[in-house]
Amino acid sequence: MAPIVSVSNLSKTYASGFEALKGVSLDIEQGEILALLGPNGAGKTTMISIICGIVNASGGHVTVGGHDVVRDFRQTRAMIGLVPQELTTDAFETVWNTVSFSRGLHGKKPDPAHIEKVLKDLSLWEKRNNMLRELSGGMKRRVLIAKALSHEPRVLFLDEPTAGVDVNLRKSMWDVVRGLRASGVTIILTTHYIEEAEEIADRIAVINGGEILLVEEKAALMTKLGRKQLRVDLAHPLERVPDTLSSYNLTLEGDGHCLIYDYDTSAERTGITALLAALAEAGIRLKDISTRQSSLEDIFVEIVGAGQ
Amino acid sequence: MNIEAVKSIYFFEMARTRRTLLQSVVSPVISTSLYFIVFGAAIGARIQEIDGVSYGAFITPGLMMLTLLTQCIGNGSFGIYFPKFTGTIYEVLSSPISMVEIVLGYVGAAATKGLMIGTIILATASLFVDLSIAHPFVMLFFFVLTAITFSLFGFIIGIWAKDFEQLNLIPMLVVPPLVFLGGSFYSIDMLPPFWRAISHFNPVLYLISGFRWSFFEISDVNPVASAAIILVFLTICMSVLTWIFRTGYKLRN
Repeated sequence: MAPIVSVSNLSKTYASGFEALKGVSLDIEQGEILALLGPNGAGKTTMISIICGIVNASGGHVTVGGHDVVRDFRQTRAMIGLVPQELTTDAFETVWNTVSFSRGLHGKKPDPAHIEKVLKDLSLWEKRNNMLRELSGGMKRRVLIAKALSHEPRVLFLDEPTAGVDVNLRKSMWDVVRGLRASGVTIILTTHYIEEAEEIADRIAVINGGEILLVEEKAALMTKLGRKQLRVDLAHPLERVPDTLSSYNLTLEGDGHCLIYDYDTSAERTGITALLAALAEAGIRLKDISTRQSSLEDIFVEIVGAGQ
Repeated sequence: MNIEAVKSIYFFEMARTRRTLLQSVVSPVISTSLYFIVFGAAIGARIQEIDGVSYGAFITPGLMMLTLLTQCIGNGSFGIYFPKFTGTIYEVLSSPISMVEIVLGYVGAAATKGLMIGTIILATASLFVDLSIAHPFVMLFFFVLTAITFSLFGFIIGIWAKDFEQLNLIPMLVVPPLVFLGGSFYSIDMLPPFWRAISHFNPVLYLISGFRWSFFEISDVNPVASAAIILVFLTICMSVLTWIFRTGYKLRN
């Protein structure tokens, strides 16, 4: 199936001379959740802004649903919902009016039933007649999401949607996102909370310094780049790793109280059984063992670090 | 044409007018009444008729223009500057709406509001002085075209302005002198020849003069020249806007 969003060779240099994007290409498949990860200033927001039509590109082109975002902006923008990073709201408008306004801007006829559903899904219904300045930060964030959903978009961009949002609200927001995905909406999100991306995304793209460093299925990425570590706590400290264990590439930590064994999860034999047998043979008594899998965050730091 | 979007912007802007009714409508009425009390009753009583028109009636078109210009520039600039300032402009820019439609919404609302207030001023004035409009269609021509042109002008200022100071610079510093020196309160025939010649470089003189002609058939300059000036200014504003849209100036960069 053709990608719903196709970014090819996109570049952007701001008037200040800052090169925010250096020829980025990325295909986003229909119905997936793609997490776009990258440090501050990596180019995430610039890329989203160009796709949505807020910023003009310096080079390259973007299609959404097969339409060019510049030439056929009416078709592409009608398909897109955008939740911006900044909490930008009209302080003196009511929730209901501002969400209805968004629907109208996207050329859709008023549909109070749809607006009601969106507000209820986001637990905003009780606040529909409140002015936006009376709302907490988390609620304003939800209003922005409601605005983005007001015109029933097929592609939803969430730029740091959970920044400054408490745990409960974050959970309910992800429920909404999952519900949208189930209804066929494609979701592109940027987040600083990498564990969130790990939990919710189908694919991960890492961007840094205006370049895409990697795009990968999350599961494949975790196996490919993820490492596992076996940690063995010892009953009695060792001064050095015994020679009989030298083939295992162990490191000694915690003043000799702990042995660390790195192994590859995708290998057929992890070597754990043999290692434990060898430890027993060497007369080393164990207090505890634990394993730890590297998180997406570790992988992310590694990729971004290597790119610099 | 995304009619729904134009309607949304237009009514969204008009809703703000309703929310700020006191400031938007009541204050111009009060200031106009003050002008009539001071210039019409107190001082005007001592000023003889100008070309057969009582002084109070003579200043009415000028007062309407003063309010129209200030209101249209103010509304036109604020309407687009405010979303730029709060950041909500992202939504307008990412909507399936062309620049022409954005202008129709914002400028349409600004001009409507200016025309409403101008009409209220006219109604207020008619309480103080006897008014008759000799050429209602010409009057409407100047009234509507001035409202549209200066709302467009305001819109350009709103896009250009970096901060509130720049936003207020032209409406506060440039427009009042042009209006006051443009013959709102006098006929330029009353001026010494040198200042009379200088006044001809003031575009607002032409607007006020043409507008006044539609009321009383008296004018400082030929009404056709007045009509030409407003059309030229409208063309300039539209050309600048076209350039802004084509380049994305200050909006999409």
